Amino acid sequence: MLYKDLVIIGGGPAGLAAALEAAEQGVKDVMIVERDSGLGGILQQCIHNGFGLHVFKEELTGPEYAQRFIDRLDNAGIEVLLDTMVIEITPDKRIFAVNSEKGVLEIQAKAVILAMGCRERTRGALNIPGFRPAGIFTAGTAQRYVNIEGYMPGKEVVILGSGDIGLIMARRFTLEGARVKCVLEIMPYSNGLTRNVVQCLEDYGIPLRLSHTVIDIHGKKRVEGVTVAKVDENLKPILSTAEFISCDTLLLSVGLIPENELTKMTGADFDANTQGPMVNQRMETSCEGIFACGNVLHVHDLVDFVTMEAKFAARGAAQYLKEKDGPCRKMSVIAGEGLRYVLPHAVGVEKMLDEKQNFFMRSIKPMKKARLSIQSENGTIKTRMLSYVKPSEMINIELNKSEISKAAGHLKFILQEEGASDER
Amino acid sequence: MSDKKNVTCIICPVGCRIEVEIENGNILNLSGYRCRRSLQYVKDEVTSPKRILTTTVRLKAKGAHVLPVRTRAPIPKSLLKEAMKELKSVSVAIPVKMGDVVLKDVAGTGVDVVASRSWTE
Amino acid sequence: MYDAVIIGGGVTGCMIARELSRYDIKVILLEKEEDVACGTSKANSAVIHAGFDAKPGTWKAKMNVRGNVLFPGICDELDVPYINNGSLVVAVEDGEIKILEKLLNQGRVNGVPGLEIIGHDELMKMEPNLNTKVKAALYAPTAGIVCPYEFTIALAENAAINGVEFRFNSPVIEIAAEDGGFIVKTPHDFVKTRFVINAAGLFSDEISKMAGAEEYTITPRKGEYLIFDKKFGSLIKKVIFPTPSEISKGILVCPTVDGNIFIGPNSNDIRDKTDVGVTREGIEEIIEGGKKLVPELPLSGVITSFAGLRAVSNTNDFIIEASRKVKGFVNVGGIQSPGFTSAPAIAETVIEILKEEGMDLREKPGFVPTRPRKYRFREMDNLTRQKLIEENPAFGHVICRCETVTEAEIVDAIRRPLGAKSLDGIKRRTRAGMGRCQGGFCSSRVLSILARELKIDPLQVTKCGPGSEILKGGYKEFIAEKDMDEYLNTVEVESLSWKGGATNAL
Repeated sequence: MLYKDLVIIGGGPAGLAAALEAAEQGVKDVMIVERDSGLGGILQQCIHNGFGLHVFKEELTGPEYAQRFIDRLDNAGIEVLLDTMVIEITPDKRIFAVNSEKGVLEIQAKAVILAMGCRERTRGALNIPGFRPAGIFTAGTAQRYVNIEGYMPGKEVVILGSGDIGLIMARRFTLEGARVKCVLEIMPYSNGLTRNVVQCLEDYGIPLRLSHTVIDIHGKKRVEGVTVAKVDENLKPILSTAEFISCDTLLLSVGLIPENELTKMTGADFDANTQGPMVNQRMETSCEGIFACGNVLHVHDLVDFVTMEAKFAARGAAQYLKEKDGPCRKMSVIAGEGLRYVLPHAVGVEKMLDEKQNFFMRSIKPMKKARLSIQSENGTIKTRMLSYVKPSEMINIELNKSEISKAAGHLKFILQEEGASDER
Repeated sequence: MSDKKNVTCIICPVGCRIEVEIENGNILNLSGYRCRRSLQYVKDEVTSPKRILTTTVRLKAKGAHVLPVRTRAPIPKSLLKEAMKELKSVSVAIPVKMGDVVLKDVAGTGVDVVASRSWTE
Repeated sequence: MYDAVIIGGGVTGCMIARELSRYDIKVILLEKEEDVACGTSKANSAVIHAGFDAKPGTWKAKMNVRGNVLFPGICDELDVPYINNGSLVVAVEDGEIKILEKLLNQGRVNGVPGLEIIGHDELMKMEPNLNTKVKAALYAPTAGIVCPYEFTIALAENAAINGVEFRFNSPVIEIAAEDGGFIVKTPHDFVKTRFVINAAGLFSDEISKMAGAEEYTITPRKGEYLIFDKKFGSLIKKVIFPTPSEISKGILVCPTVDGNIFIGPNSNDIRDKTDVGVTREGIEEIIEGGKKLVPELPLSGVITSFAGLRAVSNTNDFIIEASRKVKGFVNVGGIQSPGFTSAPAIAETVIEILKEEGMDLREKPGFVPTRPRKYRFREMDNLTRQKLIEENPAFGHVICRCETVTEAEIVDAIRRPLGAKSLDGIKRRTRAGMGRCQGGFCSSRVLSILARELKIDPLQVTKCGPGSEILKGGYKEFIAEKDMDEYLNTVEVESLSWKGGATNAL
């Protein structure tokens, strides 16, 4: 059995940032357990630029963003186990992992940071009818084939879903000489960042068809085409608009799901909306000493926010290791009208890491102008006007310790659309 | 004869659709913008649009196939194709460090293509 | 010269192959796909039925009850997981209780042991997630579940070890009589044989006709299914049927031996024997059907859907008989539900028929009843895992993380008798790619291992045989093939319009 102060599960952006921050906070015995043969996680296949504007104030590619952290690991004295898969974690922070060299490892940690990331939603979750031939890939799987393995999974491509990876892959396929026929989005608005819609689709004349979906997949051995149709306001396909598009490949970019199979073994409480564990102000789950950050907690749009969150988790873990603290008074945080979720789920004011606390949240629909108000049992704590909120772009708000201290009972976040504008 | 073009500003999440009227490469008129930052963006977009190109080149290493690379600076959009063609035949031996030049002056742009990650073994 | 050619590598053909491999004869099995269990046998409810559904005296009734008795022993011999969880036919309306009584009596006549009708309270205790409106249920303790492709593959592996030849990608295109035997042709070659056993499933009518034997028709009856994530595996424990209709046992809610839950199948006669496409209406139908039994179905936890085709004969019963027109030709057709359960009994019957038809069947010494050891890393304790990794480090390399499948298991699946040649072959032998991410993570890794082990180019690796290649092009192969100028001019697209309104339902 190995004994470690802090074990971080996952060596992607969240795990890397958490490990470095923990070392900086004086945690001595830090270990990253990573199942892949290298660090950086999914960033290594995200070879496009656009990462790091908040954290490094410059535009980096995914591998560059990861490299900045990886290059600092040696000096920080952080131990890394590669090609090692965690298969079990217990509520008292005992971790079982396997690799080829050592077999089954048993590690007793004093604190754990969960940073396993997320996985892609598959076709099954969407119930797309049709055959099940070769040629249906999630966008991330296709990205791996092109950017890591150096193969082209398709030549004539239709993309379902306007998530960022799908948009990025539309450009990537096009540059590599494949033809992307269109991107279909079932919602009446894009689920990707504006920048990606412009630079990945408009640049290359790839049509984005909003309120459209795939209603049939053709081809018994390999995809031969898809039938697409417009959907009505209830997202039901309008069959009279059905249209056949020939293609050899269907890419799915229809959302990401936090990968929490290990988290569940700890018995931590979950948020049905994020599909990740509930956390407090220092990213600690309901299972004491087990922290979570990054996409395992909730799916982020920008890696910069993952890094920020990972630092909170690391500082939280450092605080926990130092103080061995008991419970503190916790204020619960509620996502009210207009919001899908708000993180963290609770704030223990006495144990706040800073004078300020960040809150991350997502709206349930696009709004041109919206009023965000934070309320408690004794009235409104704060209001803020926001313009152009979208479900795909996370909202980030800070509250001062003094503001939170004023609140009684709970903090309830509410997002209300303000007088619909008449421009359109 | 003037020409009309629509440009979506990507400076902020608002995503203004800006209509630009151009004649002989000169902007005659702009409409639909809401802020100054848009103006410079649109001017560049219309007169000399540039992009950072990110792609891969061959990597000669055990257990690896390709190396991610980028242009160090944005290059004209019109030369992306030429750059991709040039990069098709580039292959790199290990060790390689992030920032190492893998191709100088791609497509005559004066911009170098550099490795975007390190690879030692 | 072969003693017997078996046409079709489904559960029926493979079970017959396995039973024939006990004897000192030369047997070959011809399969049109690249693997066994590629048709009806891979896409069905995987229920080992108790045997009360079929009318007394029919082949279906006899074979089902006998098959149910034989099944656990065969699974044990071949190391195939089998769970005897029992089944419930549930009456939601008062009027349906009569049907339960009819089934109870029918089952007793058929010789099904242990049947009883249980009331609402006991039922809810057994299955707390059932529709609370249930009135009563017919409980059959002898029903069970099995993994249908794993069972079929195990039979084939065992038959292969005992000397049966298997030839894949070999559809039969002609059967000619010669010298009191047959010449059976495929597109690539032909085999000579004394006996032909037609176990061609959906195509058995065409094979029978091809040989000049009795004519019958097979109608494909499509059944669609949805599978749920393992995290909902405790929703129900037993096989839950609705009260059956005339043509089908109805849409069931059922656990799998691997810990998932599925709902389905519906039942629609179609024309195309290769149409395994899932339909929108079909999905709606099975969800509605499933909800009648278990109202709180976790629909967001669906990981995949699929459809299978039942081979329904115009006699509405199994056809198991030697041809009276063509000596030496044996039909085993129309094997629809409860065909899977019946396979062991059907094979027994076929052997009796062959004996009557004059085949000289002498048991050979050295028949091996087992198959090479199968490793299931996910089910092992840590001590066993440690020992295995010490022997073979590839056991320490997890490839499929959803189902915890290691590189060693994938390599084994390729190197076993009748080893996997494609991603689907790996999937059905190891479960790699069958979990909640559906191969999103592991498929590229499995593809590399397949290419390495089979010594082929990654571009040649398929999902399920020729024509289903996964990759379309090599490194930068498509660059310069087309003129990129056309798309480098910005084109107008409707993309960023602000249309709020609908909430995000995905």
